[in-house]
Amino acid sequence: MQAFLRDAQDFLPILLKGCVVTVELTLGALLLSTLLGFLWALMRLSPTRLLSTPAVTIITVIRGIPILVQLFYMYFVLPDLGIQLSAFQAGFIGLGIAYSAYQAENFRAGIEAVDPGQIEAAQSLGMRPALVMRRVILPQAIRVFLPPYGNTMIMMLKDSSIASAITVAELTRGGQLIAASTFKNMTVFTLVALLYLAMSLPLTYLAHRLERAFGRK
Amino acid sequence: MISVRNISKSFGEHRVLDRVSLEVAKGEVVCIIGPSGSGKSTLLRCINGLESYDAGEVSVGGNPVHRDSKSIHAIRSEVGMVFQRFNLFPHRTALENVMEGPVYVKGTPRAEARERAAALLVKVGLAQKLDAYPAKLSGGQQQRVAIARALAMQPKAILFDEPTSALDPELVGEVLRVMLTLAREGMTMVVVTHEMDFAAEVAHRVLFLDEGRIVEDGVPQQILTAPKHERTRDFLQRVLKPV
Repeated sequence: MQAFLRDAQDFLPILLKGCVVTVELTLGALLLSTLLGFLWALMRLSPTRLLSTPAVTIITVIRGIPILVQLFYMYFVLPDLGIQLSAFQAGFIGLGIAYSAYQAENFRAGIEAVDPGQIEAAQSLGMRPALVMRRVILPQAIRVFLPPYGNTMIMMLKDSSIASAITVAELTRGGQLIAASTFKNMTVFTLVALLYLAMSLPLTYLAHRLERAFGRK
Repeated sequence: MISVRNISKSFGEHRVLDRVSLEVAKGEVVCIIGPSGSGKSTLLRCINGLESYDAGEVSVGGNPVHRDSKSIHAIRSEVGMVFQRFNLFPHRTALENVMEGPVYVKGTPRAEARERAAALLVKVGLAQKLDAYPAKLSGGQQQRVAIARALAMQPKAILFDEPTSALDPELVGEVLRVMLTLAREGMTMVVVTHEMDFAAEVAHRVLFLDEGRIVEDGVPQQILTAPKHERTRDFLQRVLKPV
């Protein structure tokens, strides 16, 4: 136990640096996936096939490819096409795109759950589509999509560890490097696990609160 | 005011409206009756462009109405609509429901919109319910808020789509009384309804619609007591004397 604490003291500063990158990566990917997911959802719900067909295709392709492979593609294949991304950039863009497909389906479910009569009532007041979306659809759809959004945040935090495979210096990667040079696997990965848990607890609490505040009765 | 000329509409093979024409003058109250599936609601929804039509012409105040035209939003803001299922915004209070159109569509200053919305809710007998959410209101109260919401846009006409059909029988009267007041004040109204007493008392004209066609169009006394067509007689017999 004493050995564990002593090692922990040595390793923690490095691992905490990894935590900072993990948080940055998670927040960046969350923001990107939210924006893209919302865009896909709007396109998918559009009556114009010119918009809905590409959205369905994008969502299907993204969902059908493992996140790890998508990250490899971002980091190792794009340079061949003349696009150079840093490991962090490739990680957050890759995770953001990968998650945008799930976010899109989530947003779509929320928007489709709104009673069509609501849209007609708004239209009959003379509201234009953007105003109908902002004033009537989104405030009601948010009740449906916020609870799963909370879960998405937690999954995103954990899946950010996949970025270690393309050398992003986040928490898991930090752990791997220390473990490889010290062979203290037990100490290192116990710490890594505890740190992920510590970061996910506030999110779990937030997700629970969201569910309570917005969940359907 | 409202002019419908020879409109037709089909859902697939099914012809919902078959060369229907209808003129509604300013201040006129027209009730549309007919069996379910006869096209009454579809006709009403064509008048404010919630529904498209295949042939013919609809205009309100001289402006053509087409669901997909650019001017449709402006036209809708001048024609109120009251729905069978109220369709109040559940996330807003009664007062906010009534303010929504004036503030966000017309750009009325909030304070002014609030004052007018409150006055309208008083008018429909809901002075005590300004801050209530729809879920806390009875069906009759919700429908009266919906009428106030339509009135808040100061419409040229209001379309009512079976406004009392979703109500418990004891709540029908309070909604009809509000509609009666509006009619007496000279509001142009087109009302799809099964309330024959209301039609008899309030309407200037009653239309009988069956299988997408206007079978009869005349003053209430004539249509309701001495219909010319057998179909109208059949329908009235069924409505007035349910077995």
